[in-house]
Amino acid sequence: MSNYDLIVLGSGPGGYVAAIRAAQLGLKVAIVERENLGGICLNWGCIPTKALLRSAEIYHYMQHAGDYGLTAANISADIDAVVKRSRGVAKQLNQGVTHLMKKNKINVHMGDGKLLAANRLSVTKDGKTEELTAKNIILATGARARDLPFAPADGKRIWTYRHAMVPPEMPKKLLVIGSGAIGIEFASFYNDMGAEVTVVEMLDRIVPVEDADVSVFLEKALTKQGMNIMTGAGVESLKSTATGVSAAIKGKDGKVIVSEYTHCIVAIGIVPNTENIGLEALGVEMDRGFLKTDSNCRTNVPGLWAIGDITAPPWLAHKASHEGVIAAETIAGGHPHAMDPKNIPGCTYCHPQVASVGLTEAKAKEAGYEVKVGNFPFLGNGKAIALGEAEGFIKTVFDAKTGELLGAHMVGAEVTELIQGYTIGKTAELVEADFMHTVFPHPTLSEMMHESVLGAYGKMLHM
Amino acid sequence: MPIELKMPALSPTMEEGTLARWLVKEGDKVSSGDLLAEIETDKATMEFEAVDEGIVSQILVAEGTDGVKVGAVIAMIQGEDDAAPAPKAVAAPTPAPAPAPVANIPAPVVSSPVNDVPAQPKKPDLAENDRVKASPLAKRIAVNKGLDLTAVAGTGPNGRIVKADVEALTGEGRSAIATITSNASLRAEAPVAKPAAIDTDIPHEVVKLSNMRKTIARRLTESKQQVPHIYLTVDVRLDALLKLRGELNASLESRGIKLSVNDMLIKALALTLIQVPKCNVSFAGDNMLQYNRADISVAVSVPTGLITPIIVDASSKPLSKISTEVAELAARAKEGKLQPHEYQGGTASISNMGMMGIKQFDAVINPPQAMILAVGAGEKRPYIVDDALTIATVMSATGSFDHRAIDGADGAMFMKVFKELVEKPLGLVA
Repeated sequence: MSNYDLIVLGSGPGGYVAAIRAAQLGLKVAIVERENLGGICLNWGCIPTKALLRSAEIYHYMQHAGDYGLTAANISADIDAVVKRSRGVAKQLNQGVTHLMKKNKINVHMGDGKLLAANRLSVTKDGKTEELTAKNIILATGARARDLPFAPADGKRIWTYRHAMVPPEMPKKLLVIGSGAIGIEFASFYNDMGAEVTVVEMLDRIVPVEDADVSVFLEKALTKQGMNIMTGAGVESLKSTATGVSAAIKGKDGKVIVSEYTHCIVAIGIVPNTENIGLEALGVEMDRGFLKTDSNCRTNVPGLWAIGDITAPPWLAHKASHEGVIAAETIAGGHPHAMDPKNIPGCTYCHPQVASVGLTEAKAKEAGYEVKVGNFPFLGNGKAIALGEAEGFIKTVFDAKTGELLGAHMVGAEVTELIQGYTIGKTAELVEADFMHTVFPHPTLSEMMHESVLGAYGKMLHM
Repeated sequence: MPIELKMPALSPTMEEGTLARWLVKEGDKVSSGDLLAEIETDKATMEFEAVDEGIVSQILVAEGTDGVKVGAVIAMIQGEDDAAPAPKAVAAPTPAPAPAPVANIPAPVVSSPVNDVPAQPKKPDLAENDRVKASPLAKRIAVNKGLDLTAVAGTGPNGRIVKADVEALTGEGRSAIATITSNASLRAEAPVAKPAAIDTDIPHEVVKLSNMRKTIARRLTESKQQVPHIYLTVDVRLDALLKLRGELNASLESRGIKLSVNDMLIKALALTLIQVPKCNVSFAGDNMLQYNRADISVAVSVPTGLITPIIVDASSKPLSKISTEVAELAARAKEGKLQPHEYQGGTASISNMGMMGIKQFDAVINPPQAMILAVGAGEKRPYIVDDALTIATVMSATGSFDHRAIDGADGAMFMKVFKELVEKPLGLVA
């Protein structure tokens, strides 16, 4: 039986970061992982999808080479080669995490971890079980895709994100159920790769957590690219057939239409991995299926901590990592600053990209703020035009009384790389004047961030 | 190179002051140590000395201006000709210890060795007061709401004041993370409602508050609102003490010393604090400070209000020394010339209204001290000794105790010990 200062259960972006931070602070740390170091994020999520989307993006550019005065002949996509590259990227990063564990002298225990007590854990691998004890245990078991109750994903014709990442064949006619970040990214990828894509969203707009202006803009852009988008629509039934799937979709008008698709991706949300890890016996407090934690990631059971997707939203890798650091530093006796959920950015890597932080305009008004809103289009930005990426906008929402940046919402090329500018500003509690006084380099897309702020105060220069 | 002469922080708590009088005029040549101005702080009028050499080129704040913020430029000094040695920077080479704006509870003088070093008015450290470390948003909200951030403890990185701290100050924050000093909550306008302006037809004149009056108002309000007072009164027979005083004064006459009853009561109070240490304390939120020395703040009435000069370590000082110190401090207090270290701190206070014929009264504790002794007039009263009615000189003394820190039984023990010391006064000279 091995004894540790800290055991981390789950090695995703929350767990492995927590382990590294704790080891840096001098704790004796073990990490328990049932599958791949790095978790979903870098094996089956964030990173490999970005690799796929990069291929799709280059493919898109090659198809539009003429727009740039170039000729590209005989362009074709080899889905197997694209997937192979994506797997290679994931593997490289997986090995990177292995190296980081070694470097920080973190003991890796592969197997299924289960809590026996708040300070004791069993790890089972191939029928063999070992027991570990620790002063503290961080739960970072993550989440998985939510299934449709009437049509669980089987990997043949009905996929989750995980199947969609390693498709057995290129779908011809794809149905994507759910238009959150995961659904829209795969819809965008397969659309770019040449599939005929339909997206079904129950709510009245796609990417429903984003600002309504972003949803409207993105729907138009994707529709222009040939995607079929049905909002306010629900899938009534889904059946596998010999050649694909048959879906009955009830549209906005209440009519049910049955259509055939070759494949279907279910992206209707996530389920936290809270089963079979021994939570029930310990009486760990839950809230709507997720673990309840305080601002330092403590559960109600002393010595037991939880971070990432098994806790409150947003369910994002960077939120998990940040919580991992907070938990590790707290355990090591530090006093880290709490994280403000309003300062956690979100990114969706469809084409065009979406990125945001803070409150939407509607949410800000709902919260009682009197707002000032700026909105600057890509069309007014020199760099965007030079790039041939003149579609999109950057919207900012300020509190009229204090100049606080309440939210920023972007859609367009590379906005996922821009959002951190506003995130820093929000975290540092800058006000409109600070953004206005900042010199933005020319020519860059970031100049639009400046213009958007200026616009909120009626000082826009280039429109 | 002209040097900016800035409003000095003449005491750790000073935020603004009145530029009472200029002692130089434009064109005057000054050198280090010359008196430049008299500045009235919340407690005293102090002289502001030059640390640089040069010629007063410009006076920017007229004398009589009040509410001059610490760090504000009040005059310009032009260095002498180029051949002369370069003038030193405004900040003195060894600045006085800066007030610690993030400390949750201001520790009284005796509790912390840092504070034992008296603030040096000649060498103020202005840099700390020049700016408040706060996020732009926190500053903006503070401006909007008219809040003063100088005493707010920030919870952001490196003590930076963030939005949540300001919201906690105004009670708006959903999660009040910030802790603020007790003074801060009073400096901020929100928590202590200013009395509404009085609109009256009764013939009157409006008298502007002195800084001292503002401080008294603030601190007494703070004490009565935040400190649960408990009052314990004893009657103390003074005959033995008066007899001893007479004998001591007879022998001290040649040295020109005349002990007052109050001098002896100061000593008695200090000795009692040492004997009952549970009452020699300060309540400090999560902690309590237990003092190992008794420093007595003596309430002295002055024309502009009241000030409490301190007899440091009074339990160890002979009565003669206490007497001369009290006389000297009181004289300077009446002239408004006390230095901050002479009136800031103390572990307990004494207030004597006997000379006005007041029989008994309850005094308001002077935080962060946890007790004050209110002394009434010594008077001849019918007195029972061995079941026989006699006449004795008796005074009533009332201790006010901070009930957060001191239990009733301890307070009662304190008053009992005090009574015994006064009634058997040889202990005061032993």
